[in-house]
Amino acid sequence: MQTARVRPATYYRSLTRNLVLFVVVISLLPLFLTGAIILYQFKQAYQTKVEENLEVLLNKHRRTIDAFLVDRLADIRVLARSYTVPELENPAFLKAKLSLLREEYNGVYVDLGLVDDKGAQVAYAGPYNLTGANYSTAQWFKQATGSEHFVSNVFAGLRGSPHFIVAAKKRYQGRDWLLKATIDFESFNALVENIRMGETGFAFILNRQSEFQTKPRQEVILASGAWREILHQPLDPGKVTIVERPDSLDQDMIYAAAPLKKGQWIICAQQEVSDAFVHLVQAQRAAIAIFVLGGLAIVVATLILARRLVRRIAEADEQKETMNEKMIEAGRLASIGELAAGIAHEINNPVAIMVEEAGWIEDLMSDEGPMSEETLAEIQRAVQQIQEQGDRCKQITHKLLSFARKTDPTIKPVDINNLVAEVLGLVGQKSRYAGVKLTTTLDKDLPRVAASPSELQQVLLNLVNNAVDAISSEGGTVKVTTSLENGAVRMSVSDTGIGIADANLARIFDPFYTTKPVGQGTGLGLSICYGIINKLGGEIKVTSAKGKGSTFTVILPARQDSAPAPTGAPQAGQG
Amino acid sequence: MSGQGAERLKVLLVDDELGYLEVLQKRMSKRNLEVTPVSSGTEAVRQAREQRFDVAVVDLKMEDMDGIEVLKVLKMMDPKMAVIILTGHGSEQAAREGMALGAFDYLTKPCELSDLLTRIYASQER
Repeated sequence: MQTARVRPATYYRSLTRNLVLFVVVISLLPLFLTGAIILYQFKQAYQTKVEENLEVLLNKHRRTIDAFLVDRLADIRVLARSYTVPELENPAFLKAKLSLLREEYNGVYVDLGLVDDKGAQVAYAGPYNLTGANYSTAQWFKQATGSEHFVSNVFAGLRGSPHFIVAAKKRYQGRDWLLKATIDFESFNALVENIRMGETGFAFILNRQSEFQTKPRQEVILASGAWREILHQPLDPGKVTIVERPDSLDQDMIYAAAPLKKGQWIICAQQEVSDAFVHLVQAQRAAIAIFVLGGLAIVVATLILARRLVRRIAEADEQKETMNEKMIEAGRLASIGELAAGIAHEINNPVAIMVEEAGWIEDLMSDEGPMSEETLAEIQRAVQQIQEQGDRCKQITHKLLSFARKTDPTIKPVDINNLVAEVLGLVGQKSRYAGVKLTTTLDKDLPRVAASPSELQQVLLNLVNNAVDAISSEGGTVKVTTSLENGAVRMSVSDTGIGIADANLARIFDPFYTTKPVGQGTGLGLSICYGIINKLGGEIKVTSAKGKGSTFTVILPARQDSAPAPTGAPQAGQG
Repeated sequence: MSGQGAERLKVLLVDDELGYLEVLQKRMSKRNLEVTPVSSGTEAVRQAREQRFDVAVVDLKMEDMDGIEVLKVLKMMDPKMAVIILTGHGSEQAAREGMALGAFDYLTKPCELSDLLTRIYASQER
């Protein structure tokens, strides 16, 4: 059992849900898109800026370091050119020059030495006792003798601590001599170590063999990952190569590399992305926080508003339903009112007979003398007549009661044919006196429909009442037809009456629209019919020809499980 | 009551309810009236053509012919005939229409037989 009247709670729940979803999506989507676009643009701009900064920083330091090396080399070359070998062979002279250089350059120079073409150090000034040391097998010596001047890689050498050598060649008496200076590793290292980027960024220098020329602040793995990739490719001499990769701990890093010392060395830098982009991350976090909080506020506000709105709608629906019920009830009473006169006449006839028969018995009994058998038989006949007429009255009141019951919107399986018979029974008397013949063509195998019996009865009664009213005093025919077409039950009421003007046809189902004289029609009948049929998911149509008559057709969906209603079975909901 | 002695009053009873016709005829005959019951307007007109009636008691609503129509025809055929309207359809408007067309009086069903008889005799005293 179901009622079509009040919408189920699930309807309002899904309405609330849809409203909330719709508003939330509509309001959050642009917010989200705008935020995402701005963040993306910001990220792009920020990344470019970070990379540019890195490039500028590396280039600046590359120049500084290159300049440092060139300057040191220039010092030594000046010394070598300015003095003769005998002068330089004098340790005291060398010592004086060393202290001058140390004074001038703040201890960058560790020592000075003169090496002959056999690799023997003939003179030395410095903290170690290296006079007479033989460098003939040292790598740097071999390389240095091949060119006019030379800056070595960093190496441990004879002293066992990292340093590098700056050397200049000098010819004297047919032999090549090398004036060499050792540069303090710590002071050179400090040059590079001073390169700091944020919290985690640092720099270091490698030679072509990927050997560290400075001591990196943290352990750096060159054999794998991004560094391996960078160091294996030829580096563009004028440019800084920048790569962004996750490291072995899966942390995103920025790697940068640029060649220096004419491509012999590479200055490298690395920094954690989260550190490089710290402001970007902060902006992202702020944006996400605003989005989440704003989104939450929107969702909460939407929920509250949607609930309120849907509650209002539910209340309005309820009021509408109440109004509808009242209207249907009013229409029903109007229909009954129309029938009342006919029914009063119909019931007065048997009552009049009963009254007269009773009077007749009285007449017979008041006769003087013994009662003859004939009189007794007459009394018996009269009593039987009274009973029969009483039965007639009962049937009329039953018919009326079946209609006068309060409207029950409960949906039940309804046998349309039974309904037709019932309604025609009600209208019979009225149509007889109006000279209207009622005929039916009923489909015996008609399936039942799901409807409220009392409401459907009202629809049919209205249609038949109107059909009878449409027929003039010369008389005519009202025909009720039922049939099954395309799985739908059709019930049509045709009359041979005056027909409906085209102008009125369009407005015929409008409420309060009537062509009847004031006081004779409410104008609600057909609009109520329309409402009832519409609610049942059916259709009501009208065709009419002026002067020839009208046909009203009601189309209702057959019940899914429907088998033909057993003929003559009492209609569900009756009794 | 006048007319009771010499000649019995001739009454035409017109009603489509056969049971009503039957019992009314019996009761009125017992009260010394000569009753001709007919169940339709057409039959009433035929009877009126064949013989003269003092009074006609006519039902307003019948299937073949409206009681008002019968009244008109009867009045046309015999203006002296008193016509009393007897109907289950107790409508003021129909009754006024009947009176305007020359009906003597009207009664609604069900009514006391004595009331009907009173009207019948009254109609003859004019």
